[in-house]
Amino acid sequence: MKIEGYNLDFFGIPGAVPALHATVDAAQWRETCRRAAFDGGRLVALWGCDDSDIGKGPAVHAALLVRPGLMVITLPVADGRYPDVSDIFPAAGRMQRAACDLFGLVAEGATDARPWLRHAAWPEDAFPLRKDFSGHQSPVSGRSGEADDYPFVQVGGDGVHEIAVGPVHAGTIEPGHFRFSVVGERVLRLEERLGYKHKGIEKRFEQMDLLQGARLAGRISGDSTVAYAWAYAMAAESATGATPPPRALWLRALLLERERIANHLGDLGFLGNDAGLAFGLAQFSCLKEDMLRLNHALFGHRYLMDVVMPGGAACDISADDIGRMRSECDALEQSVALLKGIYDEHPGLQDRFIACGRVAPELAAKLGLIGLAGRASGQAWDLRAEYPCAPYGELEVRMATHRNGDVAARVTVRFEEVFESLRLTRLILDRMPLGELSLPVPPAAAGAFGIGWVEGWRGEVFVALEAGPGGRIRRLHPHDPSWQNWPLVEHAVLGNIVPDFPLINKSFNLSYSGQDL
Amino acid sequence: MFQLLKQIVKTGIKTEAYPQADEALRAVAQRLQSEVLKNFSGALTIRHVDAGSCNGCELEINALNHPYYNLEGLGIKFVASPRHADLLLVTGPVSRHMETALKRTYEAMPEPKLVVAIGDCGCTGGIFGESYASCGKVSNVIPVDVAVPGCPPPPFAIMQGILTALNARRTPVPREP
Repeated sequence: MKIEGYNLDFFGIPGAVPALHATVDAAQWRETCRRAAFDGGRLVALWGCDDSDIGKGPAVHAALLVRPGLMVITLPVADGRYPDVSDIFPAAGRMQRAACDLFGLVAEGATDARPWLRHAAWPEDAFPLRKDFSGHQSPVSGRSGEADDYPFVQVGGDGVHEIAVGPVHAGTIEPGHFRFSVVGERVLRLEERLGYKHKGIEKRFEQMDLLQGARLAGRISGDSTVAYAWAYAMAAESATGATPPPRALWLRALLLERERIANHLGDLGFLGNDAGLAFGLAQFSCLKEDMLRLNHALFGHRYLMDVVMPGGAACDISADDIGRMRSECDALEQSVALLKGIYDEHPGLQDRFIACGRVAPELAAKLGLIGLAGRASGQAWDLRAEYPCAPYGELEVRMATHRNGDVAARVTVRFEEVFESLRLTRLILDRMPLGELSLPVPPAAAGAFGIGWVEGWRGEVFVALEAGPGGRIRRLHPHDPSWQNWPLVEHAVLGNIVPDFPLINKSFNLSYSGQDL
Repeated sequence: MFQLLKQIVKTGIKTEAYPQADEALRAVAQRLQSEVLKNFSGALTIRHVDAGSCNGCELEINALNHPYYNLEGLGIKFVASPRHADLLLVTGPVSRHMETALKRTYEAMPEPKLVVAIGDCGCTGGIFGESYASCGKVSNVIPVDVAVPGCPPPPFAIMQGILTALNARRTPVPREP
């Protein structure tokens, strides 16, 4: 199969995602990326793999967004070196550094060759995701208890000093290190260092079969468990050729929207609190808690873990449950509208929100900001609207977009997405088809490749899966939208004062766990 | 402002009755002695460390401070520094990259250094287990007093774990919801 503008032979990847796959050489690798960028496409994910167990060498994969859908390109790299593409897609930089830490695959020509996910837990010459790596159970380096020395970029000049924050932060949030270079209170530069939560998720997948993997997929980033479980199920179904029954797909969409609403409610509360309005946190957290309790009553889990499974869903709803969710929607809509009025008219709150942590649309486009934060910076893109998989095709999602790119815009997008998700929830409850809830997933053939792609509340979650012999997982790469968005937080804080950082960071609310893997 | 005040009055008090301590959760029964308890004077400060969780447990810990659970109403407060903390709340399997930070946080705490491990991962290493990147359960790295299972444990279970660590020093007064 051919795509106009690309001189490559493509094969369709079966499944719910419109996707094509091609193997490329080093020159085509860069040329394809350049062409995709020229056409307004972007990088969705970049990951390495080691095929030495099946008689091949290492390879590097990239998923690119192009007009017909997703394009996955694979570059076999016998000598472990491949051309850098971070000059075309800046978001590739950290992904390439991670591929180097985990596989020893080097992006030639990349300007930043520092480790990203590797701190001191394994030595520079050990590569945990290689098939011959023998460190499954125990530490490989005796130095795991030491802090390593990471070469942060230094800022010189009169009056410049550094503030080091983390990995343990002052509040109940995930660990990561932030290095601020400041003059007075104003931030000149922020450099992030993540990877503290790296717990070997990708290696762990390779010890599992397709069904066991579903549980782990739901725990890559706990706040996006439905998005990950659905993307994983989609990838497993794509690899095995299974088609889940319609009722299961509608139920998954219902769960995904519930997850989006619950997270947005929580964030709206915290954003009010971080700007000094504790009232907002108290109000929104009550609304969120009510929702979590209904989740527990209807689906057996407050955060909806383990409800989406490959082949379908694990939990059905009755007519009575539908009634409860309808009245919940009505009550929520009323309360959120009232609270939106209070937020909008609160001068102190708006003073903190407006023009704070701004990412201009041009910068967002250049660096590839995606998801909720992208939509607040003029990047009008929502997977549910652009490439709707069932049942979103019938629901006609109305995307929320703004161009200001500040904290206020990210707050507004959240409000609008809550209202839109309530509308979608009502439609789903009205139209949910009857029938089977799940179908058995046939065993995957060794070497079968599948992908999943779901617009979670934070942004798009991508999963690439390759099956091994005996229904095992040979390689799985889960990709969190935080990979793309973390670098933008470094830009958003420039010129702001240090005390605004918590507010700006919260307005993005990115995942550490999903990025650190 | 009128809308805001009206909403506060309309919402009223949402705090629910507190759970009782559950001795079954205690990992090391003898650690808490009466002279230790005296130091708390009816108030407890907590420092939370995420040592590598999926962030599910953090959602539930955050919920503790919300109006329904109102942990501060019990005299239990989250603090920003381990030097101010009586109790350490640890979530996640301990990733090897967080091992040092967790140990240093523990060392920075004053005695009696109570530790409550939260969630299946904190109790056993959970689905992530032990590997090149994960030390597994919290007690592999620092001593643990109380371990609260669950994935994630709901706020009431976490409260119960904290109250178990605090022991009978302060008898919770059940309130009408």
